Amino acid sequence: MLNVTIDGQKLQVKEGTTILEACELVGVEIPTLCHLKHLAPEGSCRMCVVEVEGARDLKVSCATVCGEGMNITTMNEKIHAWRRFIVEMLLADHNIDCFSCSDTGKCKLYQYALDYGIREPRFKVQPRDWQIDDTNRFFDYDPHKCILCRRCVRVCNDRQVNHTLNLSGRGIDTVVGMPFNELFIDSNCVSCGNCVSVCPTGALATKASKNYRSWELAKTRTTCSYCAVGCQMDLLVKKGKVVGVEPADGHSNKGLLCVKGKFAYKFIDHPDRLTTPLIRKDGELQPASWDEALDYVVDNLQKIKTESGPDAIAGFSSSRTTNEDNYTFMKMMRGAIGTNSVDNCARV
Amino acid sequence: MIRTLEDLREFKIQQEERSRQEKADKQAKILVGMGTCGIAAGAQEVYEAICDELRQQGIEDVVVAQTGCIGFCAQEPLAEVILPDRQVLYGHIDAEKARKIVTDHIAGGQVITEWAVNGGSLLPKEQQAEAEIVNVGDVPFFKTQVRIALKNCGVINPESLGEYIARDGYQSLAKVLTEMTPADVIEEVKKSGLRGRGGGGFSTGMKWEFAHKQPPGQKYIVCNADEGDPGAFMDRSILEGDPHSVVEGMAIGAYAIGANKGYVYCRAEYPIAVKRLNLAISQAKEQGLLGENILGTDFSFDLEVRLGAGAFVCGEETALLASIEGERGEPRLRPPYPAVSGLWGKPTIINNVETFANIAPIIRRGSDWFGSIGSENSKGTKVFALAGEINNIGLAEIPMGTTLREVIFDIGGGIPEGKQFKGAQTGGPSGGCIPAEFLDTPIDYDNLAKLGTIMGSGGLIIMAEDTCMVDLARFFLDFTQEESCGKCPPCRVGTTVMLDMLNRIVEGKGEVEDLEKLKELGENIKAASLCGLGQTAPNPVLSTMRYFWEEYEEHVRDKKCRAGVCTALFQYYIIPEKCKRCGICAKVCPVKCISGDRQTPYVIDQELCIKCGACMEACPFDSIIKQ
Amino acid sequence: MAGLAITLGSGAMTNSVAEVADADVIFLIGSNPTEAHPVMGAQIRQARKRGAKLIVADPRVIDLAKEATVHLQLTPGTNIALLNGMMHTIITEGLMDKEYVENQTEGFDALWEIVKDYTPEKAAEICGIDPEDLKFAARLYASGERAPIYYCLVVTEHSTGTSGVMSISNLALLCGNVGKYAAGVNPLRGQNNVQGACDMGAIPAMYSGYQKVSDPDIRAKFSKAWGVELPSTPGLTSIEAMNRAVTGEVRAIYIMGENPMLSDPNTAHVEKALRNLDFFVVQDIFLTETAELADVVLPATCFAEKEGTFTNTERRVQRVRKAVDGPGESREDWAILAEIMRRMGFDPGFTSSREIMDEIARLTPSFGGISHNRLETDPVQWPCPTPDHPGTPYLHKGQFSRGERALFRPSPYIPSGELPDDEYPMLLSTGRLLYHYNTPTMTGKTEELMEIEGRSFIEINPVDAAKHGLSQGGRVKVSSRRGQIESEARVTERVPEGVVFMPFHFADGSANVLTSSEVDSISQTPEYKVCAVKVEKATHQSA
Repeated sequence: MLNVTIDGQKLQVKEGTTILEACELVGVEIPTLCHLKHLAPEGSCRMCVVEVEGARDLKVSCATVCGEGMNITTMNEKIHAWRRFIVEMLLADHNIDCFSCSDTGKCKLYQYALDYGIREPRFKVQPRDWQIDDTNRFFDYDPHKCILCRRCVRVCNDRQVNHTLNLSGRGIDTVVGMPFNELFIDSNCVSCGNCVSVCPTGALATKASKNYRSWELAKTRTTCSYCAVGCQMDLLVKKGKVVGVEPADGHSNKGLLCVKGKFAYKFIDHPDRLTTPLIRKDGELQPASWDEALDYVVDNLQKIKTESGPDAIAGFSSSRTTNEDNYTFMKMMRGAIGTNSVDNCARV
Repeated sequence: MIRTLEDLREFKIQQEERSRQEKADKQAKILVGMGTCGIAAGAQEVYEAICDELRQQGIEDVVVAQTGCIGFCAQEPLAEVILPDRQVLYGHIDAEKARKIVTDHIAGGQVITEWAVNGGSLLPKEQQAEAEIVNVGDVPFFKTQVRIALKNCGVINPESLGEYIARDGYQSLAKVLTEMTPADVIEEVKKSGLRGRGGGGFSTGMKWEFAHKQPPGQKYIVCNADEGDPGAFMDRSILEGDPHSVVEGMAIGAYAIGANKGYVYCRAEYPIAVKRLNLAISQAKEQGLLGENILGTDFSFDLEVRLGAGAFVCGEETALLASIEGERGEPRLRPPYPAVSGLWGKPTIINNVETFANIAPIIRRGSDWFGSIGSENSKGTKVFALAGEINNIGLAEIPMGTTLREVIFDIGGGIPEGKQFKGAQTGGPSGGCIPAEFLDTPIDYDNLAKLGTIMGSGGLIIMAEDTCMVDLARFFLDFTQEESCGKCPPCRVGTTVMLDMLNRIVEGKGEVEDLEKLKELGENIKAASLCGLGQTAPNPVLSTMRYFWEEYEEHVRDKKCRAGVCTALFQYYIIPEKCKRCGICAKVCPVKCISGDRQTPYVIDQELCIKCGACMEACPFDSIIKQ
Repeated sequence: MAGLAITLGSGAMTNSVAEVADADVIFLIGSNPTEAHPVMGAQIRQARKRGAKLIVADPRVIDLAKEATVHLQLTPGTNIALLNGMMHTIITEGLMDKEYVENQTEGFDALWEIVKDYTPEKAAEICGIDPEDLKFAARLYASGERAPIYYCLVVTEHSTGTSGVMSISNLALLCGNVGKYAAGVNPLRGQNNVQGACDMGAIPAMYSGYQKVSDPDIRAKFSKAWGVELPSTPGLTSIEAMNRAVTGEVRAIYIMGENPMLSDPNTAHVEKALRNLDFFVVQDIFLTETAELADVVLPATCFAEKEGTFTNTERRVQRVRKAVDGPGESREDWAILAEIMRRMGFDPGFTSSREIMDEIARLTPSFGGISHNRLETDPVQWPCPTPDHPGTPYLHKGQFSRGERALFRPSPYIPSGELPDDEYPMLLSTGRLLYHYNTPTMTGKTEELMEIEGRSFIEINPVDAAKHGLSQGGRVKVSSRRGQIESEARVTERVPEGVVFMPFHFADGSANVLTSSEVDSISQTPEYKVCAVKVEKATHQSA
């Protein structure tokens, strides 16, 4: 363990802990743009600087490892000016479109402009004529809002390892995109949406996010209902409707999702959902009340049980529903009906 | 195959014997400088003309050979006629002159004094014919130079391993492999005081020590041959003129740090350097000087050339490593330093071409000898590429501590057309300028740093009175802005914002407040950028602002460019009283914006004028001025 | 499931998903994780990028095969021959973990008895691969310090699936790869909670936590807890139940959240069975193809509308939380079932999902330490017998669930039940696509996904396509002994000659019309993976 001091607060950290991680431990918030858990730190956004006593320059906290006895200051005039300069540079090359931008409310650049007191950008770089790519079915990409934090490129190459996004051009003409200026629809993109999830601005945004702002949302942490990896995620709910999904940092997914987890949520409030019990009458399935339907079920099951014994009844439980549902199902089949003929689709 | 020390000795003796024999058999040798500079100037034709002429005249006892850059680029193509009693270095020759040299000098024994660099070629026309032939080494351009890194350049045939070995080549490698431990080598290099010649100036021995101290395992040694500063060509000349010196230096470094694999990262725009380097590597492999169990020891070392695609940022060591790995060439955060975690995460040493070229001489002649050259904290020599407003454009290797004045005026022959010296840019686009008042400062790492510039890799660009310092700064910033990798916002956006401001200033649209903003931006970019490129990108602006503030002020306040470079800030003007109404100006004007006739003085339509200056040059009566 | 339970004592994935990050040799057999388990696939790619070696055994050139250190493109249905051949190489070349085999396993002699006939040359011939590749793969696997094996439906969905799983287990045991970090035998389960459904006892012979119904003590425990006498003989599997529905022995079926009309092989047989029932209940979120045949359909809530837990493929129990209300009168599955029990005069004994988990913990030793409260912050992996137990990231550490020693259970290679012949010359293999999930009940409701992949297609090698006059995008008639469908040709070298592949998601041209209901003799898993078909150009070329 190493002893470090952060803003006068003493603490012990494990060897290899970065300054940023140590700050998190004591609840000191450091602004970051390129940093993201599970991505190798690259220190490129230059936002997260802090002062280390005795060091010549300010240090990027995301990539600087704590040393024994380090005395760290996370805010002073020099740090403030430095960070302000970074935000000012980013704003100079940003399409400031906060009124209609879907990221308003959660945009990190917006937040830091506010935090570092920038109302009116002093500098402006001639905007380039990038192509806005709306060819992906689930999300749009507007390079004019990109701050080149490169999280998307890194998540695509280092975590999804799909090698779709990369950087091209140099200097101010550096742009995130696909090789040979391909559009998303022509690329090898698998629409996992992880790039969208990690974008700190509105450059990569889901099409659905046009219709909500972050402050309207309630988030519910849950487990993905598709394959068995068990990815953790947050359902974004606006006015009782699931409008989006964000990945969470679960044990098995570590912040990633796939196209199904991220985007295939529209079945939830689909008009075809069953809303009432149905009973077959005159050969047709017709709406019925719960009482009617449940009694109908119970009467028929009991009749067959009496006539042919419990083993004339079989039940197939579901590998899609919860443990609690499955347990209840097998309890019903074994306890209430009295047969062990209960199965699920483990085999199918 | 050279398998043992004994084999190497034998090989050297044979080579020496061969050249003795050659000298005995032949009456003369003609060396043609065939670096890129020479070839571009026509050396290939010269070489062929000499051979052809000799054949035609039936002269058989003359050897014609190519060599690397002789250094005096301003005089290219160069050919040196070596006779037992004296050497004559002919400059500015072409095929026709070459034939005449064969006829007059070789066949006729008559030196053509007025073409000889060590004769009259540097003198005013009227004195040329009477000039005496002096020793080549006594020509002012060569006289104060001390050649260590360039010792074989322009002397040996770079494509001959034998000639390299004959001049003590691979003796140092043999020495370290048989007599020294890696620690000894590092100690010797440390003691020599050699500092990185690529610009950083970090102690080479100490750097090696870091890598040496890393636990054993895969390590790499890399040569940075991605010379990218505009106007710099030191490394190219070494690779073209003496590639084995780099191979040997790298092998010694590899032995010292425990690497078995090396890469030379060379820009693809240097095809001749790449070709000769590859040839040198294959020769060394063929002879067993690279590969498994070199000279019968346990040491194995393999070397490979990797080509860069010409991105300036790939000269930055971490970007260079990324590029070798096949990634986009962009810098990575340090620490960890490459000596700890470099190529593919393994300890890696990266040194510049010139640094490696110094290694073998240090080992052979000892750290004391090397340490005796140079100034207190900067030992040895430095190769500079003289360029810009200077007479003797070329390569100069000088002991550290030589003053700028000596370099520019003694070696460089001063400024052309008698113009006033205004400043010198060192360190290329990452460096800064030195104004006239510091001409007598001895050149070394520390003194240059005090002046707000850097040693850099050795580009030395001379500016005269007609250079606009604002425009110069704009030029360099335009370069770095273009070459920024785009990874961090300070460099990517900051240099663009600065460049936009400078563009406005040179167009006469600048405001007084811009100057303070420019300075503030420059300081911030220096502090906040990720890598050396960004951290030094504002230097040309900041240093010209430091020494030439009033020129900036004139540009924004008075909308004037005193050097007459910024076209938006001056006009060509015909003085009516002096105009003789000859109409020549109107005739040469490419946009036909000058009107007048025999009766009326000519007038320039300022709306249409593109400020090319053709009229002023053409006017026989000096009636046109710039103001 | 059954295979590993026999050899190791537990049928679940031995290790954790994220451990793949630290693996040095990864062996993927019959699994296409970049499509079927994309986030797992991404983590395998991360490991590969980091330098881990990858062996892929798959008839198709799946995405990971392109990145593999070695791709064994074997004939469908020949996994056991491959595994036996690899074991032959490992044993004869002295690459096995002798100490481990001696101290922690039994049945090695029996293994050798079978495996000794599978020289690499013979095995490779059966598999249709180069014997050098087989040997290379065997040596590579044996060289791994941490060498996990991942497999999936492709292995289990063969008539010899259980033997296939046991052969995988044999290979892992031979190299000492079970019971340690970042190694193991890892079935990647198909559905989100297939692990949980089995764990919860929704299987004919066991209660929750794999407690046998035939064990009187266990039965007594459940009897006592539920206050009712319980049947002692194992019940029918779903396949057997379907068969008996056809004969009339089974008269009523209650299906919760499944769509066998699309997902089960041999659709015609399934339809016959379901139509023959006297009473058929379906409880689901949509009116599926199966629900359309029901007498009663009960509307359930979906995962976003309920509280509960799913158990993922690595045995981790994780919370499912309610984000929105269900539509209309829909109810949570357990609540519907509880109400039925009540109306049958049986007290369910709980009134919330949380209470159900408490009952599970009380009656299930491996879940003893699990409660909704704990899961809020600590989604543990079972076995987790007590509240202070940390859970089990990988199984069989120190001791096998089976006891002291794990068991080698070798099998000879038995050709698939239905092989190509003159009439049906091609092997059909079915599988999943990235953009869909089982039957497209859910993914089909996201129109963007249907735009990307919305229709049935059949992958066919260019050579075969030429032979049958098929062109890219053209309509194809595909028929087997059980039925025929039309689909769209996708001419591609992803499949070798003689093999065609179809996704099983789509109702138009549903692949399961063609597949066989040959079942594995132990696990009763139907053989989806291999059946013989013929392909012809369809007469109508418009879609």
